[in-house]
Amino acid sequence: MTNDLKHLPRVGENPEMTPQALADNFRDLHPPLTERQAVIESQRCLYCYDAPCIEACPSDIDIPRFIRQIGEGNINGAAQTILEQNILGGSCARVCPTEILCEQSCVRNHDAECQPVLIGLLQRYATDHMNFDQHPFARTADSGRTIAVVGAGPAGLACAHRLTMLGHRVVIFEAEAKPGGLNEYGIARYKMTDDFARKEVEFLLEIGGIEIRYGQRLGDNLNLERLHADYDSVFLGLGLGASRALGLTGEDAPGLAPAVDYIKELRQADDLGELPLAKRCVVIGAGNTAIDMATQMARLGADEVTLVYRRGVEAMSATDHEQEIARANGVRILTWARPLQVLLDDGGRVAGMRFEKTHEQDGRLVGTDETFEIAADAVFKAIGQSFAEASLADPLAVELERDGERIRVDGSFRTSLPNVYAGGDCIAPGQDLTVQAVQHGKLAAHAIHQDLMAKQEAA
Amino acid sequence: MNSIVNGVDLSIDFAGIKAPNPFWLASAPPTDKAYNVVRAYEAGWGGVVWKTLGEDPAAVNVSSRYSAHFGKNREVLGFNNIELITDRSLEINLREIAQVKKDWPDRALIVSIMVPCEEASWMHILPLVEATGADGIELNLGCPHGMPERGMGAAVGQNPDLIEQVARWCKQYYSKPVIVKLTPNITDIRAPAQAALRGGADAVSLINTINSITSLDLDNMVAKPTVGSQSTHGGYCGSAVKPIALNMVAEIARDAPTRNLPISGIGGVSNWRDAAEFIALGAGSVQVCTAAMLHGFRIVEEMKDGLSRWMAEKSYRSVADFSGKAVSNTTDWKHLDMNFKTIAHIDQDRCIQCGRCYIACEDTSHQSIAQLVETSGAKRYEVIEEECVGCNLCQITCPVENCISMVPQETGKPYMSWEQDPRNPFRKAS
Ligand SMILES: Cc1cc2nc3c(=O)[nH]c(=O)nc-3n(C[C@H](O)[C@H](O)[C@H](O)COP(=O)(O)OP(=O)(O)OC[C@H]3O[C@@H](n4cnc5c(N)ncnc54)[C@H](O)[C@@H]3O)c2cc1C
Ligand SMILES: Cc1cc2nc3c(=O)[nH]c(=O)nc-3n(C[C@H](O)[C@H](O)[C@H](O)COP(=O)(O)O)c2cc1C
Ligand code: SF4
Ligand code: SF4
Ligand code: SF4
Repeated sequence: MTNDLKHLPRVGENPEMTPQALADNFRDLHPPLTERQAVIESQRCLYCYDAPCIEACPSDIDIPRFIRQIGEGNINGAAQTILEQNILGGSCARVCPTEILCEQSCVRNHDAECQPVLIGLLQRYATDHMNFDQHPFARTADSGRTIAVVGAGPAGLACAHRLTMLGHRVVIFEAEAKPGGLNEYGIARYKMTDDFARKEVEFLLEIGGIEIRYGQRLGDNLNLERLHADYDSVFLGLGLGASRALGLTGEDAPGLAPAVDYIKELRQADDLGELPLAKRCVVIGAGNTAIDMATQMARLGADEVTLVYRRGVEAMSATDHEQEIARANGVRILTWARPLQVLLDDGGRVAGMRFEKTHEQDGRLVGTDETFEIAADAVFKAIGQSFAEASLADPLAVELERDGERIRVDGSFRTSLPNVYAGGDCIAPGQDLTVQAVQHGKLAAHAIHQDLMAKQEAA
Repeated sequence: MNSIVNGVDLSIDFAGIKAPNPFWLASAPPTDKAYNVVRAYEAGWGGVVWKTLGEDPAAVNVSSRYSAHFGKNREVLGFNNIELITDRSLEINLREIAQVKKDWPDRALIVSIMVPCEEASWMHILPLVEATGADGIELNLGCPHGMPERGMGAAVGQNPDLIEQVARWCKQYYSKPVIVKLTPNITDIRAPAQAALRGGADAVSLINTINSITSLDLDNMVAKPTVGSQSTHGGYCGSAVKPIALNMVAEIARDAPTRNLPISGIGGVSNWRDAAEFIALGAGSVQVCTAAMLHGFRIVEEMKDGLSRWMAEKSYRSVADFSGKAVSNTTDWKHLDMNFKTIAHIDQDRCIQCGRCYIACEDTSHQSIAQLVETSGAKRYEVIEEECVGCNLCQITCPVENCISMVPQETGKPYMSWEQDPRNPFRKAS
């Protein structure tokens, strides 16, 4: 995959990047709370009525309740409150941009204090310290139905867990060799450390009734027609498999790679010292993927990391907090410039990038003809993920109605095909966040259940 | 020690006992021996009541003695102990008291005593105490744990006749001021105060500790503090008892027979404001135990500083100036003005939309707060003035200070007590 970066030196060649230094650089970005800190922080929560933080949580977690339970020393109770709405509450506690979700709405942001309750860290405390003798959720009586879920990412997993709670059996078809989706392959390594993603999936599967089949790729060795015929319902949680292209010549030159490919390798690496290092690195994009890429390369020991975005900081989809993290790691953020040309060396490898300065005119982005170059050993593109079309190529799948490239669904996550549902990043509405994928999966499971029950009654 | 702090004279004359300030340490571990008392005087305390003396052989204490009622942040709300009176010999205590009084002539030094309820016992100990030169005595008739099982402490304090008797013996065999320390473990605090007065006591002090069990070890099914596998009830003190103590002080201060009886206020005094409250309700001095046990003697510095600044601000020139000032405003329910009306007002600029006032009033009071949802989705909480009964609940639960205020309403109606109220079926004909 990062064959195109093979020519770069390895991270470990830098004598400063000892295994210890690398381990330190990829430790938890926000260290977990100690018991004492958790208790003190829990006391800051006002136990609001109709709490605005709950409204801001995409997965509807009863935040005041779980925080009060922490304060009362009832950690299993707190964890259950979280997990009953969000079975991936442990990963959401780590990856949610709380600064634009629950914590942004916390009433303690008000002038007098300007400091929200640290909801994310409290959620992490509860889920890290829960200690159940057996899985905290039980399955109801077997319904005799089996549902096919495609994709073992947050959406698929949440859907499967809720379906099995409701008494259905689930078979998950996953293209990769491991479950978790972007939790396993995409999240910045310092946000989710160790093998947490895998452990969380193991916990989720303890409920029973879920089988995962790996190496099963829809559009390749699997097709929607078959699934539709063999299963009572189908849920598609495909995510966004492809990275958008820059559309420039030289895009396939060694030294130019999609950020997500590099991040995937970084997350899977046993030895970070073996990764290719771009001493001078350019990242193109403005979202959290771009920030994660830039920050992680800086932490691997790059000398110069520049993030380039064609508009101003206000328009960046990465939150202020994320931008701050990048800057704190020495990343230079350059705005109002767009890529014009990939610069190659004599050997045909990436040597840098030429940019054109931009500005906004009547709300439209226009070039200024003024150009400049940045020398770089590698350029990473992070200008967005797009739908991997190959997934939906079979005769039935092509019939799925779309909103742009994404799958169209109604308010209950039903696609245009009967018995076929979809959720997570592969559908249209909302923000592409782990927590939202979980919510989609959960709500889709309820819709599937209701539709099956309605059919049963009608029959 | 200079009694002038921040330009205000804090000195007091309490029933003939002079002290440079009204902050005394209550009879308890902080006043257990010369070492502690000297440190307390060095820190600036105006007086101490020496840890209760008894007859030899001295009491013996168990191991594991204290427990607490904690707030959520481990702040100590209430404190509980199962200790007895001094566990050192009478002779050592008396020797130390004499020396300390000699070295610190300007500070109040009062000796607490508890001996069996027999004339001979008092006759024996009082001259010995008198010989130390201490300024007065305090009769510990209130210890609620251990000692009552031996017929002392609260066993005496709960019987007005015995209180009167003991006070009388003390006045007979001791020449200096006698303070009777009262137990709160009784239904009407006025009875023992009146008994003390009848016996000739110069003052009362209150409260001693309240019977209590603070918490349990739920794994071992035993209360705390745990002695081996057992426990026993203790005496409760600290912040949590302040409201109970304040009421008892006020009851005595406004009771006709004891109206002019000096009161040393004790129970949960932790800062200058608590002290000012006790004094305003009739106390002439205050005594502190738990707050000193939790933070050390240095707290007296903040107490003196805070009290004197507040007094200066209010133009009170001495403690006596405001002592008892709130007594006449403390009355029986039947004298309250039935025509007074106050209602809640929410300052929308301060409100953080936590909804606590709403759910409190909605679920448990008078459904007088409306939850309005603005077009932005933001909530707005408004008092429905016609429904509000002015109970203060919303103001109490609101986490933002001064966000909800209770606003007295102009009703145009004159004062009317329940006794005059036509709604009162037992109204006195006027
Ligand atoms: C680099 C990066 C960083 C991110 N950081 C954050 C963050 O910090 N916080 C946050 O909230 N969100 C973050 N996100 C977004 C978040 O990861 C996604 O919103 C979330 O994972 C979406 O879940 P999903 O289940 O819809 O899709 P995915 O997680 O993408 O899972 C889809 C699954 O389906 C499988 N699949 C795909 N196609 C097929 C097929 N044809 N056949 C069978 N299986 C298939 C995939 O292998 C995968 O396992 C980040 C995303 C990226 C790319
Ligand atoms: C550990 C301990 C021991 C005490 N011993 C005595 C005592 O020997 N004699 C006495 O009169 N009161 C004793 N008390 C009661 C205190 O003097 C005081 O009345 C009570 O603690 C209330 O005041 P506070 O709330 O400031 O602690 C004791 C209290 C404590 C905590
Ligand atoms: S808004 Fe803040 S204070 Fe209120 S319940 Fe939520 S976390 Fe607690
Ligand atoms: S004062 Fe009492 S009745 Fe009035 S709004 Fe507040 S809680 Fe309700
Ligand atoms: S309790 Fe106070 S801050 Fe909370 S909604 Fe009511 S008025 Fe506003």
